[in-house]
Amino acid sequence: MDLKLRVWRQGGAAGPGGFKEYDAKGISEEASFLEMLDIVNEELTMAGEEPIAFDHDCREGICGTCGLMINGQPHGPQQGTATCQLHMRKFNNGDTIVIEPWRALAFPVIKDLVVDRSAFDRIVEAGGYISVDTGSAPDANLTPVPKEAVDAAFDAAACIGCGACVAACPNSAAQLFTAAKIGHLNLLPQGQPERLTRTAAMVDTMEEYFGSCTNHGECESACPQGISLDYIAQMNRDYLKAQLADLRRSGQK
Amino acid sequence: MTITLDSKVPAGDIAEKWDNHRFSIRLVNPANKRKYKVIVVGTGLAGASAAATLAELGYEVEAFTFHDTARRAHSIAAQGGINAAKNYPNDGDSIHRLFYDTVKGGDYRSREANVYRLAQVSNEIIDQATAQGVPFARDYGGLLDNRSFGGAQVSRTFYARGQTGQQLLLGAYQALARQVGLGTVKLHTRSEMLEVVMKDGRAAGIVTRDLTTGEVASHSAHAVVLATGGYSNVYYLSTNAMTCNVTAAWRAHRKGALFANPCYTQIHPTCIPASDEFQSKLTLMSESLRNDGRIWVSKTADDTRPATQIPEDERDYYLERIYPSFGNLAPRDVSSRAAMRMIEQEKGVGPLKNGVYLDFADSISRLGKDTIQERYGNLFEMYQRITDENPYQVPMRIYPAPHYTMGGLWVDYNLMTNIPGLYSIGEANFSDHGANRLGASALMQGLADGYFVLPYTIGDYLADFLNTTPVPTTDPVFVEAEQAVSDHTRKLLDTKGSRSVEWFHRELGKIMLEHCGMARSRPGLEKALSEIPALREEYDKDVRVLGEADDLNQALENAGRVSDFFELAELMCQDALDREESAGGHFRVEYQTEEGEAKRDDVNFSHVSAWEYQRGGPATKHAEPLEFEYVKLAQRSYK
Repeated sequence: MDLKLRVWRQGGAAGPGGFKEYDAKGISEEASFLEMLDIVNEELTMAGEEPIAFDHDCREGICGTCGLMINGQPHGPQQGTATCQLHMRKFNNGDTIVIEPWRALAFPVIKDLVVDRSAFDRIVEAGGYISVDTGSAPDANLTPVPKEAVDAAFDAAACIGCGACVAACPNSAAQLFTAAKIGHLNLLPQGQPERLTRTAAMVDTMEEYFGSCTNHGECESACPQGISLDYIAQMNRDYLKAQLADLRRSGQK
Repeated sequence: MTITLDSKVPAGDIAEKWDNHRFSIRLVNPANKRKYKVIVVGTGLAGASAAATLAELGYEVEAFTFHDTARRAHSIAAQGGINAAKNYPNDGDSIHRLFYDTVKGGDYRSREANVYRLAQVSNEIIDQATAQGVPFARDYGGLLDNRSFGGAQVSRTFYARGQTGQQLLLGAYQALARQVGLGTVKLHTRSEMLEVVMKDGRAAGIVTRDLTTGEVASHSAHAVVLATGGYSNVYYLSTNAMTCNVTAAWRAHRKGALFANPCYTQIHPTCIPASDEFQSKLTLMSESLRNDGRIWVSKTADDTRPATQIPEDERDYYLERIYPSFGNLAPRDVSSRAAMRMIEQEKGVGPLKNGVYLDFADSISRLGKDTIQERYGNLFEMYQRITDENPYQVPMRIYPAPHYTMGGLWVDYNLMTNIPGLYSIGEANFSDHGANRLGASALMQGLADGYFVLPYTIGDYLADFLNTTPVPTTDPVFVEAEQAVSDHTRKLLDTKGSRSVEWFHRELGKIMLEHCGMARSRPGLEKALSEIPALREEYDKDVRVLGEADDLNQALENAGRVSDFFELAELMCQDALDREESAGGHFRVEYQTEEGEAKRDDVNFSHVSAWEYQRGGPATKHAEPLEFEYVKLAQRSYK
């Protein structure tokens, strides 16, 4: 198929950016979206123009490195699919495809379609873990965990940290990302000792970088892992509790 | 440099070696640990778990990853599971059995003592990961569930849906993030190691390039740990992530670290077959699918009927036929070669006739669609996204693809390379899998090395350097190494040739897949050894890398990695030519049994081949003999 691409090109974080048009000709329907960009890049290289910078790695939808705004939708038109798993059969011959980086103040552009998502790491560093030094763990079967709880924890833990939720949000909020990690850990018995302190620390850190949630729900529909908004509700409950509770008397501080 | 290959395997009964060793090696007392600085390169399972654990112990740690965050490493893509000898299912597993299966699975080409230790610490890994919140699958009583994997007749594989690697990596990443938050680990992201720096014969630090700004910088430490993964991307098309590379290990090799068994590569039997020339990578379908999927082809060559129209009695469930006791769970190397033989007999399926069927119809009718969905839902979805076929209705098509590399930097029992102070852990070293890795053992080894082995053994080396400061980065050894990095970068940019890096990489991959892939022969390897240097010469003259050195430049990053793949490819072929036997993933067509199975030569090749880099000439070989006291050498049988 033949396509027209309108691609955001930008030198650096400070530099001005703009759209450039490219032709992608003779693309196979079996090709993935990123393979289509590979072909365009190889042609650009041959023509003496610097290839388009975009982040990607595993191309299996699990590492979370890739992420493009495709025709205004994070990761493009296919629900529950990261950019690397999107295939060209979802487009039609002759389509014009607009490709942009994630747009959010907390994700500054590094170059072209590559953005800096390190604010996510700051949130995890603030409390997105269970404090257990290597070697101090009890036998794994000592604490039974109801299957339903571990399944729900897993649904949240499936987050790949791609940032589509932030890109989709009109406020550039990171509630879904933060709530997914909190939901994963707070649902498990192992996560209880730090439940409230974790929630407070992660939410407070999130607020330093990202906008506020106003319940649009765009994040959920953009999420390649289909992570539910319910985790945000759970996070808000735990955050409220953390504000009201005497954390020391709750055994948490 | 004079090289002595001392494996440092401790004396004593195999079950007591690790205990004895931990007692006899020197310790660094808790108050002194902060006086030591350790560099960890790579933040996958092995690197992140090592960096976190070293920091918990009190060492000052600097960690480096070329990814934008430590959570991206390719460990994340491991699907099926992680082995441990817990014996929760009460089906006869034990540390000794896991040890035995791993040595046998590796076709008797691994070091017994290392493998035994791996089996010993396997149980602690499950405890640690569970405590971190890794959501392993559980049964309705809330206890941990297990499934079986290739090469084993017990169920010892712990799993988290089809995303076990993701969950274990996130566990290690979170442990690392905790230390970063506490200020005990300094983490450098988008930072690629391009040189190991040595002083007085010891590792003194590394030189990195900041991938965003292009800045070349030196970092010094008392010890350097390379946890930089495997080299399957030498084949261009593999299941590895696009940026997986051999560069860190290779640059260490060029500085004198021995590279062991480079020809031991694993071709994974269950990947989605390639669909066209522009395919950038191959996608793995977890081996766990072989628990419930049956592999077959038509009994007739060139059968063009759709799978559903081929009647039962015209199907050849060849793994069940040839290997009745292991059936569809025969080890990876055995299954891959069986698939290759089917395709050679023109029984391949799919539009390009480059696959075999993996069929779930029986399991779906026996267990119901819901159960299959619960077990493999995400894999089925991924398959459908890629192929546009629904595996609940038609069988999957699969074909072997390069996946894992058992070879890597040579290390002793302490996981130290032959360069004092330079360690290598995880897939980057050669240690535990011999000539073939069993499924669900990579996660086990990466985490064993990072959580439970290296953090102990490194103290024995560091103890000598109490109250010494690392070599300053102003030392000429660092200045020279920085210059070498800048010069190499400049050279790549100044070549201004006519072909892209990708083009060269694809060509190299074709040579390697044809001659040093699933089947190897003397004429083929000799041909590769003449083609690779010719292509490399062309690369040096004709590669085109646009853009600048002081900017994010992905083509430039890739160009440096492909340079190293060229050199590695030659060494792989040299090793494959030298090893005149078949063992595990290394299959020389000249050496096979009448049934076409790998035929080892234990008299002449029961050794590790550790290669020493020689500037401008072929590498020289050092052999570490392998002795088997506890597992009896035998022709592997999975019948």
